[in-house]
Amino acid sequence: MSERVLMKGNEAMAEAAIRAGCRHFFGYPITPQTEVAAYMAKKMPKIGGTYLQAESEIAAVNMVLGASAAGVRAMTSSSSPGISLKTEGISYIAGSDLPCLIVNVERGGPGLGGIQPAQSDYWQATRALGHGDFHALVFAPSTVQELVNVVFLAYDLAEKYRMPALLLSDGLLGQMMEPVSFPEPVTQTAEKPWAACGHGNKRPHNIVNSLYLQPEELERTVRERFQRYAQVEREEQRCQEYLCDDADYILTAFGATARISQSAVDTLRSQGIKAGLLRPITLWPFPKDAIRRHAAHAKAFLSVEMNMGQMVDDVRLAVEGKVPVEFFGHTGGIIPRPSEIVEKVKTMAGGDK
Amino acid sequence: MKDLLAPVTILCGHYGTGKTNLAVNLALQAAGQGEAVTVMDLDVVNPYFRTADFRELFRERGIRLIAPTYAGTNLDIPVLPPSVAAAIRAGEGRLILDVGGDDDGAVALGGFSALLERRGYSMLYVVNPYRELEPDPEEDAALLERIQQSSRLRVTYLVNNANLGPETTPQLVREAAPYLGELSRITGIPVLWTAVESRYAGQFPPDGILPIEVYVKLPWDEEEKR
Repeated sequence: MSERVLMKGNEAMAEAAIRAGCRHFFGYPITPQTEVAAYMAKKMPKIGGTYLQAESEIAAVNMVLGASAAGVRAMTSSSSPGISLKTEGISYIAGSDLPCLIVNVERGGPGLGGIQPAQSDYWQATRALGHGDFHALVFAPSTVQELVNVVFLAYDLAEKYRMPALLLSDGLLGQMMEPVSFPEPVTQTAEKPWAACGHGNKRPHNIVNSLYLQPEELERTVRERFQRYAQVEREEQRCQEYLCDDADYILTAFGATARISQSAVDTLRSQGIKAGLLRPITLWPFPKDAIRRHAAHAKAFLSVEMNMGQMVDDVRLAVEGKVPVEFFGHTGGIIPRPSEIVEKVKTMAGGDK
Repeated sequence: MKDLLAPVTILCGHYGTGKTNLAVNLALQAAGQGEAVTVMDLDVVNPYFRTADFRELFRERGIRLIAPTYAGTNLDIPVLPPSVAAAIRAGEGRLILDVGGDDDGAVALGGFSALLERRGYSMLYVVNPYRELEPDPEEDAALLERIQQSSRLRVTYLVNNANLGPETTPQLVREAAPYLGELSRITGIPVLWTAVESRYAGQFPPDGILPIEVYVKLPWDEEEKR
C-alpha cells in the first residue's frame, strides 16, 4: 500500500534502533517515553533480541554498560527524572570508552515536575550527564523522520569515537505522529577489538574499566579522550540553516521548538522582517562555527527554548559578544506559540514595523 | 448519523488510528444536526493529543465534555469522574465515547459495560492500516477480539480511517479498501464508513463515505486558530 508509515516519535525511534542493529534494550517505565519500552517489549522477543525491564533506571543503565562492553549495540531510554538516575552509569560508560544510545524524552522539571513536554534538560545533556571530565554526543532531532535518521547516526558516531550518544527528544516529538520511512537495516557495525566478548585463548583478554589507580595514568587517559573530543568538535557539528544568509534576526532553537520558530520566521518574513532560523542538530558538539559565521552579519540572535534559557548560554559563547543575544521561552510543559515569538522579534527590531 | 448509530457511539481501536479526530468530527456533525452531544474522553493511556484538548471548540458548539479528572495536567493518574456513569445512565442525547488505544485503553469501558448494554450502543472499531510497518488483518482481528474481551462489549462496525497524516491522498485511502475488506471477512463485521477529508470527498462515490476535517493539529500549525 505505501512505503511510508504513520508512527509516533517514540515508536519510530524504537524501530530505528532495532534496524540500526540494537538487540539489547534495558528500560524502566516513565511518561512520556513509555512507548519506546512498550514497542521494544513487543518487538524484541520476535527478533531474538532482549527487552529487559530492570528494577530501576540505575540497573538499566548499568546493564547497557555491560552489554556495550561485550560489543553489542545497546540502548536505554527514559524521561527527565529517570535520566538523572542514570547519570552515574553514563559517567561510568564514558569513563570506560563505551558506545551506546541513551534517549531522553524530556518532560517538565525540576523534581518530579510534570509529564508535559519540556527542553529543560539541555544543561544536563550538554554539561552534567554525570560526574567527571567527559562529553557525550548529544543529538536533537525535530521531526519523527529525523528521530529515525539520527538513531543510525548516533550509533555510528558513538562507535567511531567510543563514547555514549544521547538523543534528546521531548514529550511532544515522542507522542506526535508523522509519516516516516526507514533506511535499510544495518548488517555490519564497526569492528570492536576492545570488546570483552570472549578471547577464545587467541588474544590477551580485554578489560573494560573506569578505575585508574595511578593519578598520572588517569590524567593521561582523560587527556587522550579529550583529544578525541577535540576531533568530534572539529568534524561533527551539525545544524540546519533556514533563511540565515541574509537574516538580520537569527532564531536559534532545537527539537520541537525549532518547528514553532520556523513558523515564526515565515510570518516575520511575510511582514518584511529578515528573520532566519539556525537549528542545532548536535547540541554537543554545538554548531558554534555556523553561529560564528552568521554573527558577522546578523543584528541580533534570539534563542527560543522550552525552558528558562539554557542553550542561550552556548549561543552567547559562540557569538562572542559581537551582537546581542536574547532569549524567549516557556517552561513547565507550556509550548511557545509562533505569535509570541513573532512579537518578541518585532520588539527586538524596534517596535511594530 | 441518527439512523445509523445508537445514541451511545463508542470509538475504539489501535493506538493512533485517529479515534480522537473521528470523535471530534462526529460530535461536531451531530451537534450541527441539532443533537444534544456529550463527548467522553475515556483515554486512560495516552497523556497528550486527546479529545479533552478540544474543550474550547466544544464549548463554542454547545458540546458537553467529560474527561479524566487529570487530563492535560501534569499528573498521569487515570481517574474517571463519576459523571461518566451518570451520563450513560441518564439516557439523553448523543454520547460519543473516545476510548484509549488497544485492549489496555478499552479496560476503561469494561466497568461501564452493563450500563452500556442496558442503554444500547454502537461500537466503531477504527482502522488505519498505514499505522503498521507490515499491516496484517489477522493481527488486527486479534486486537479487535482482545478489545471486545477487555471492554466486555461487541464491535458493531469497522471504520476505514486510512491516513498518512499530512501526506494522505485519495489514492492511499482507496488502496486501503482491500485491507478493510479482508478484516471484515475475518471478523464478520461490516465496514460502516470510509473517512475522507471533506476536500477529497467529491472524488469518492458518496455511499459509505464520512467526510471529515482534521482537527488534531500540532503547535506550529495552530497560529490561525488562536
